[in-house]
Amino acid sequence: MNVEWTQFFQYLIIGLASGSLIALIALGYTLVYGIIELINFAHGEVFMMGAFFATTVVLVSGVTDESSGALIVGMLILSLVLAMIFSAALNVGIDRVAYRRLRSAPRLAPLIAAIGMSFILQNIAIYWRGSNPFTAPDLIPREYRTYNVLQEWPVLRDWFADSTLRLRLLDLFVIGVTIPLLVLLSWFVYRTRIGTAMRATAQDRDAAALMGIDINRTIGIAFVLGGALAGAAGMVALFYNNSGRFQMGFQYGLYAFTAAVLGGIGNLAGAVVGGFLIGLIWSFSDGFVGNYIGGWGSQWTNSLIFGILILVLVFRPSGLLGQETPDKV
Amino acid sequence: MATTHASRAEQWFSERQGEQRKRLNTVLIGAAIVALYPLFDSLLGLGLLGSWIPIFVFVILAMGLNVVVGYAGLLDLGYVAFFVIGAYANAFMTSPSSWFVINGWIPEFLQSFWPAMALSWIIAAIFGVILGAPTLRLRGDYLAIVTLGFGEIVPDFFTNAAAITRGPQGIGQIAKPPSIPLPGGREISFATTDQWNWFWLILVVGIVSLFMITRLYDSRLGRSWQAIREDEIAAASMGINTVKAKLWAFALGASFSGFAGSVYAGYVRVVYPDQFQFSVSIIILAMVILGGIGNIYGVIIGALIIGSFDRILADALNTPLHWLGERITWEPLAWLGDFMVNHSVTSDRFLIFGLALVLIMILRPGGLFPSEQRAAELTGDDEDGTSADDGDELYDARQRDGQLVGERA
Repeated sequence: MNVEWTQFFQYLIIGLASGSLIALIALGYTLVYGIIELINFAHGEVFMMGAFFATTVVLVSGVTDESSGALIVGMLILSLVLAMIFSAALNVGIDRVAYRRLRSAPRLAPLIAAIGMSFILQNIAIYWRGSNPFTAPDLIPREYRTYNVLQEWPVLRDWFADSTLRLRLLDLFVIGVTIPLLVLLSWFVYRTRIGTAMRATAQDRDAAALMGIDINRTIGIAFVLGGALAGAAGMVALFYNNSGRFQMGFQYGLYAFTAAVLGGIGNLAGAVVGGFLIGLIWSFSDGFVGNYIGGWGSQWTNSLIFGILILVLVFRPSGLLGQETPDKV
Repeated sequence: MATTHASRAEQWFSERQGEQRKRLNTVLIGAAIVALYPLFDSLLGLGLLGSWIPIFVFVILAMGLNVVVGYAGLLDLGYVAFFVIGAYANAFMTSPSSWFVINGWIPEFLQSFWPAMALSWIIAAIFGVILGAPTLRLRGDYLAIVTLGFGEIVPDFFTNAAAITRGPQGIGQIAKPPSIPLPGGREISFATTDQWNWFWLILVVGIVSLFMITRLYDSRLGRSWQAIREDEIAAASMGINTVKAKLWAFALGASFSGFAGSVYAGYVRVVYPDQFQFSVSIIILAMVILGGIGNIYGVIIGALIIGSFDRILADALNTPLHWLGERITWEPLAWLGDFMVNHSVTSDRFLIFGLALVLIMILRPGGLFPSEQRAAELTGDDEDGTSADDGDELYDARQRDGQLVGERA
């Protein structure tokens, strides 16, 4: 079988880029779930609102692709930070308004409230920018550049004959924004006092409260972190796809949620692993697999992703990295 | 002592029988009133029959989902999958453009509405078992996401396997129920335009489903479901075969969805995958939870409220809004008047729907009409002398242990 290595690397990089995006969103699901065991259905919409806010920021600033490089870079950083703040505030606001009152309600009540919130946010988004897709200013070059790295190293040259590495600045931008955020989050959760409090709360809320941890504040911080990551993902997704729509939260949210469950919900590393896995499956199924299996295309991607999820859960019911908890009586 | 126990039991039974009789009477009177609705509709010129028929289909769906979520406590986010399967099963068997009919796979006698409906009921139940089986080991939210996955895969399959399903354009010319001849040369026919007959047909189907589901709830199987819902480990140690009971919950829950799908296909006479999006599963779940999960009558009311809002009320609100908008003549508020005149409440459906869901959950987390038994189970066990709201602690451990799809037993 003659593998198209040029194409393979191209889809690999696209997969890594979308995977890191999904991982960012999945972390928001998993952070909240780990602490209050709530599937935050509105999380995909928080991500979407981040993208909408970033669009507004860029449009208001008037920066276009013809502006100077420094201005564009500054604008990207500014819109990233603002989108993160906006989404974090939104996420905390949703928690305050809807979920906090339902902490001791039957389990399904907050879930339904979250579904209601997601409907509300989608409708607000329609008021904000209409129901049709809109394009974002093309601030980041999206043309492919060819690099001959593969030909310069003797071993690689033998393996990948006639292949080149084709990269877009855009893919590097996505990976360059998300990876530092992932590192920052894991530093926060594993190295700071607040992070320790979060992990303690996730493990045993009663015991954590008895140790003097302010549970409501800790839950609020989980929503802040999740919202900020979703906002960042929204801003990045906006420029990555060069378009936005009020429904964009649904697809990404669904994949991210799947990623969180695939990795083992409540487990941070699991969300990242699940995110990259789904990103890679997404990109290869959309483009690469069709070369080898006739009739395969993006229309089967959804089924493939959920099929893999179901298979994984059948054999590992707590996800890839989740811990098997024995039944407690 | 023994005699008092016996007489107490007797009293309990007679009270219970009286209650059941009363409830039966209420249901029959309610059904009779509903059955007269088409008369009022045409007398008052409302023209809403065409909207009520799909609403009733959703009521049946909500009752079926209540079996899975409310009785057995298995959170199913992909209930629409069985609705699709039922609808397509009917289409495959009866439409002349179906691949199976063209290839002569379907015997002649199956190519009409009633046999196809009965069979699609069974087919949906079988798929309930097939899709339910891999989820048996999963708990709580893992179960939810897997069912959600099925809810995505099944409509996707019907979109993509175009050779058999004719893809996004769907299958048309699905058989309608054969006309029932009446003495005097007249007949009861079931074309889509015969809305009176369809209304009554679906009402009958709904009452039959209601009867079966209430009987199921009181059956041995129904009691096992409730036991599993409250505490799976305790139920298993009491000798309940949890695997079997859960599979039955999936199969029976799915069967009602397939049933509703098949009847719906006969009514609209065309199925295409876009009718069955994820939001349908969510709306059915919202109906169940809004009404009061586990309480079948509450679920019916919840389904009627959401269904009528979705299909009737939102449209009906446009008229008063425009009327009001035209009457705002005061200059500083002219923008508001303009907005109201040009605005359509129909497009705000989901905004209002979302607000209502959030508000109702905050005000009545157990739904509008919570099941009495469940309410007692969730907040009860007061024997230890403490009540559920002891102080304002952050949350109550006992409530979390009694949670609906609890992972902690």
